[in-house]
Amino acid sequence: MSASPSPIISIRGVTNRFGRQLVHDRVDLDVYPGEVLGIVGGSGSGKSVLLKTMLGLHRPNDGEVRVEGRDITKMADAELLEVKRRYGVTFQHGALFSSFTVAENVQLPIREYFQASQATLDALTELRLRMVGLPIEAGSKLPSQLSGGMIKRAALARALALDPALLFLDEPTAGLDPIAAASFDELVSYLHRSLKLTIVMITHDLDTLIATCSRVAVLVDRKITVDTLAGIMNHPHPWIQEYFHGPRARAAQAAAQGK
Amino acid sequence: MLLESERHGDALVVRPKGAWCVENLAQIEAALAAVPRGAAARLLVDYSGIEKLDLSGAWLLHRWLDAGPEERVDQNDAPEHFAFIDDVLHQQPKEHVPPPEPRLTVREALAWIGRNTIWWLRQIRLSIAFLGRVAVNGVSALRSLHSLRVPSITRHVYETGIQAIPIVSLIAFLISVIVAYLGAQQLKLFGAEIFTVDLVAIAVLREMSPLLTAIIVAGRSGSAFAAEIGVMRLNDEIDALQSMGVNYFEVLVLPRLVGLVIALPLLTIIADAMGLAGGALLSSTLLDISLAQFLPRMQDALAPTTFWAGLVKTPVFALIIALVGTYRGMQVRESSRELGRLTTVAVVQSIFLVIFADAVFAVVFVELDF
Repeated sequence: MSASPSPIISIRGVTNRFGRQLVHDRVDLDVYPGEVLGIVGGSGSGKSVLLKTMLGLHRPNDGEVRVEGRDITKMADAELLEVKRRYGVTFQHGALFSSFTVAENVQLPIREYFQASQATLDALTELRLRMVGLPIEAGSKLPSQLSGGMIKRAALARALALDPALLFLDEPTAGLDPIAAASFDELVSYLHRSLKLTIVMITHDLDTLIATCSRVAVLVDRKITVDTLAGIMNHPHPWIQEYFHGPRARAAQAAAQGK
Repeated sequence: MLLESERHGDALVVRPKGAWCVENLAQIEAALAAVPRGAAARLLVDYSGIEKLDLSGAWLLHRWLDAGPEERVDQNDAPEHFAFIDDVLHQQPKEHVPPPEPRLTVREALAWIGRNTIWWLRQIRLSIAFLGRVAVNGVSALRSLHSLRVPSITRHVYETGIQAIPIVSLIAFLISVIVAYLGAQQLKLFGAEIFTVDLVAIAVLREMSPLLTAIIVAGRSGSAFAAEIGVMRLNDEIDALQSMGVNYFEVLVLPRLVGLVIALPLLTIIADAMGLAGGALLSSTLLDISLAQFLPRMQDALAPTTFWAGLVKTPVFALIIALVGTYRGMQVRESSRELGRLTTVAVVQSIFLVIFADAVFAVVFVELDF
C-alpha cells in the first residue's frame, strides 16, 4: 500500500447525531490519492451519512472534513461549490434525471459550469458514454428505457462529466445480476487504473470489495476501522469476523481465489 | 492562444499550448475552429507546449487531429490521455450514426394526421374502458362491506371535505359579497335594492356555490388524486397491489370516488350557508336591509326547488373530478415530468368538464322549468 503522506480527504473527529441516536462517534478516516477505498457496514450503521458528510451535503455535529487540505464543514457555499466540482458521485439508484435523456444528463453538469457549443457537448458526451461502455445510441434514450446495469453506467458517465479527480460510488453494484456486477467492477478498476482516479465506494458486495478495493473501512459500533482487505479480515471484532467469514463471504473468497 | 499553427510546405504544424481542460471549453472550441484543415498532406503535432490537460481537453484535441484527411505525425510523445482514448476507441470501434434529417413532405403530414387520429381514438377508447371498469367494480363493491373500504372512504371524506371547509367557506362568503355589492349598485338605479336579496339567494344557491365549490375541490383534490396515484405508479406500488391479487380499482379509485361524492354536496351546503350569510351581512351594512327584512324576503324569493337545483348537480361534479383525477394518475408512466404534466391535465380537464356539465344542467333545468 503506497500510503502517500498527504491524504486527499481527511476526516477528524466527526460526530453525527440524529435526535438521541448517535451515528458516528468521533470517527477518523483518511483517503489517499489514487486508492480505492471501500466502506462497509451493517444496514443503518451510517455509511450513507458518512458519504454525505464527505460530499458536504450533510454538516456533521462536530469534527472536520478536509478535502485537499480545506475544511468543507466551515466553507461558504460558493467555496464548497468549487470543491464539489472536483468530485463525481453516483447514487444508489442512479438518480438520473428522469425527464432528461442520458446525453442531457451527462451534459447537465458541464452546461451548469461552462459555456460550450452543442457540438462540443455532444463530443464530450460521446467520450463519457464510450468510457463507461455504453453504446452511443443510449445517449438519446430516457433513463426509464434503460436496464439496471445501463442506468449504473449512465450514472457513472454523468459522474465523470467534469473530469473529477475523486469519485464517490454509493452501492455501485446493488441490484445488478452477477455478470453485470462483475463487468461493472471491471469497469471501475479499468477507469481507476487508466485515469488515476481516487475512488470511495460504499458497497455490500464482497465480490466488488475483493475485485476493486485496495483498502477497506468498516463502520461498526459508531467507529471506523480501516485496513487493507487482508488486514481487516483478521480483525478480531465479532461483526467484522461474521462479515468476512460468514457463509456468503466464504463463497465470494473461494470464487476470488479460483480466478 | 491555445493552438498555434504554421504551414511548412505540404505540412501543417500545430502546437497546442497552455491549459486544455474542461474549464476552457469555449477557448478550446474557438482555437480548434480557427485552424484551417484539409489543405496540407501531413499534420505535425508538437505536444510540448501543453501545460495542463484533462480528459475532456485531450478528447477534443484527439478528435480534431483525427477529423481531417491529413496524416498525423507526432513530433514528440503524445500525452498519456491519448493512450486511454485510443484504448476506449479500440474497445468500441467508431461508428457513424447519421442524424435523421427532418423531412416535411405531404406523406409525412398525412402520417402525422393519421398518427394523431389513432392516438385520439385510443385515448377515447381508454377512457371509456376506464369508465367501464369503474362501473363494474363499483357494482361488485356494493355487494360486500369489505370491498367498499369504509375506512378508506372516511379518510377521503376527511381530506377532500372537512379539510376544505375553511377555504370553501371563505371563498363562498367573499364571492357572494361581491355579487351582492355589484347587484345592489345596479338595482339602486331602479330603486329596487330589495331585489338584491333575490339576486344573491338565487345566484348563490343555484349556481355560485355548487360551481365554485367544485372548482376549488378540483384544484385541491383532483390534483391530489392524480399525484398520489401517479407516484404510486412510479414506485411500482400499483404493480405490487396487482401482484397480491388486490383489485386496485377497488382500493384506489372507488374510495376516492365515493368519498368525494359524499364530501362535495356537504361542502356545497356549507358554501350555500356562507354565501347567504355574506349577502345578509352586505345587505344590512350597505343597503339598510336588516336581517329581519332579509330572511322573509329570501323566503319569498326562493322556490322550493332552488336549493335542490343547486345541490343535485354536485354528485355529478364529484364524479367528474374523481374520475378525471384518478384516470390521469393511472396514466403516469416512467418519469416525474409525466407526473407533473398529468396532474395539470387532471385539474384543467376536471374544471372544464365541471363547467361544461353545469351548462348542460342549466339548459336542462330551463327546459324542465325546474
